[in-house]
Amino acid sequence: MTPLLSVQGITKFYGHHIGCKDVGFDLYPGEVMGIVGESGSGKSTLLNCMAGHLTPDAGAVVFDTRSDGPKNTVTMSEPERRMLSRTDWAFVHQHARDGLRMGVSAGGNVGERLMAVGERHYCDIRAKATDWLGRVEIDATRVDDRPTTFSGGMQQRLQIARNLVTGPRLVFMDEPTGGLDVSVQARLLDLLRGLVRDMGLSAIIVTHDLAVVRLLADRLMVMKDGHVVEAGLTDQVLDDPQHAYSQLLVSSVLQV
Amino acid sequence: MSDYNFAYLDEQTKRMIRRAILKGLAIPGYQVPFASREMPMPYGWGTGGVQVSAAVMTPDDRFKVIDQGADDTTNAVSIRTFFERTAGVATTTKTSEASVIQTRHRIPEERLSEGQILVYQVPIPEPLQFLEPRESETRKMHSLEEYGLMHVKLYEDISRHGHIATSYDYPVKVEGRYVMDPSPIPKFDNPKLGDMAAIQLFGAGREQRIYALPPYTQVVSLDFEDHPFEASKPDHPCAMCGAENSYLDEVITDDTGGRMFVCSDTDFCEARQAAGNTGTMNGRDAA
Repeated sequence: MTPLLSVQGITKFYGHHIGCKDVGFDLYPGEVMGIVGESGSGKSTLLNCMAGHLTPDAGAVVFDTRSDGPKNTVTMSEPERRMLSRTDWAFVHQHARDGLRMGVSAGGNVGERLMAVGERHYCDIRAKATDWLGRVEIDATRVDDRPTTFSGGMQQRLQIARNLVTGPRLVFMDEPTGGLDVSVQARLLDLLRGLVRDMGLSAIIVTHDLAVVRLLADRLMVMKDGHVVEAGLTDQVLDDPQHAYSQLLVSSVLQV
Repeated sequence: MSDYNFAYLDEQTKRMIRRAILKGLAIPGYQVPFASREMPMPYGWGTGGVQVSAAVMTPDDRFKVIDQGADDTTNAVSIRTFFERTAGVATTTKTSEASVIQTRHRIPEERLSEGQILVYQVPIPEPLQFLEPRESETRKMHSLEEYGLMHVKLYEDISRHGHIATSYDYPVKVEGRYVMDPSPIPKFDNPKLGDMAAIQLFGAGREQRIYALPPYTQVVSLDFEDHPFEASKPDHPCAMCGAENSYLDEVITDDTGGRMFVCSDTDFCEARQAAGNTGTMNGRDAA
């Protein structure tokens, strides 16, 4: 089986400072990978390198494209990479405001990716947008409201709808539950788990919240100072951490 | 007059502008940056159009300026006088007699012919600007032909008003490639942009951009399959000349709701009246 995404030796320096160094893994279709670590450990740098927002100094990100099979996205042309990022890829930002157009209605936000890939039938676009609002539990009557009138949790769900409407195969998530209160977090996680399973999505989730990876991720990578210190099945890493830092991380979670 | 170089600008500047115009003609709809000069008039008064006119003008040309279709408004009069004084060219108000026509917000009703040049004054040349404020990003979107965002604007229109409510500045696609802002002409004029015999040049002075449509270029107004483009105008005949198919201005005549609709193209309207056509509120009718 070909991996959907094969990351090989990704290295990114900020001057002399290490962003992330020599990170590699394979992600298979339908698999969810969690990346955890403290602030400044290089999780977001790694995610941005994989999603094409940053150019890594070394390494390859090989994606199994629909048309041409495995291709290195670091060396592919920019139009191709941007095409990927609005069709087969999705990127969920930590702050919904970074991923939404705040001046455009919810329907327009969801419809943007459809129109970007050539949909030109207003009623179809609107029907799909309304359908997706329903799937992320936003009332259909809010389709013409701007995201500025939405709560934080709704904005985050709208961002997810906007990203998933073109049926991507790989979703990058940067702290998708950051800044939400725990009950909203729980519902969002529930929703994400359902969507990932129904659509057979592969996902890479960066978070510092171990509960998120426990619920969503099949596999887990623990990062510290730009290096991967431990990787394995989620339950295995969380229940029997081997590296000193993983042990610290797991024991730092407050038990209520 | 002789205190100025012909048509105000120095020859090096005209040469630079002509190069931008030629590049614009070679890539229809592409916005060519140029080093816009300070002109003796404020931005927003047509500094871009004036520079383009100055660069294409020859002593043999006959010059016409229209502002919202009219030859006799402040902007039109001052620019016409400007070139009378600095270039000494002949001027006219007759569309068919002019070889260079500078326009603000309208295309003349009369069909233009080969050999004429239509110069537009453009306030904002970037059609994507209102949805994507970063210019680094809009340039990339143009170069990669990523125009989905333009339809988001039209989508918002329909969702808010039930139809495409953009009535001027209506975005067009040129030769299936560049999305272009036609300057704030009413969308009634959009169909005239395409397949026109005259050369069309667009100058944005403050934004320092020139773009162009060579003669007989394909220009398509963007729309949705189920909400097609419609060239709309007020549903009245002209009150002065009775024309049914020209673009009309609404003129308030008193403070009790009285109003009349008249052709915005004054030359067109006067020519029709001279030919004996008359509308409902033309004084000669009552007399």
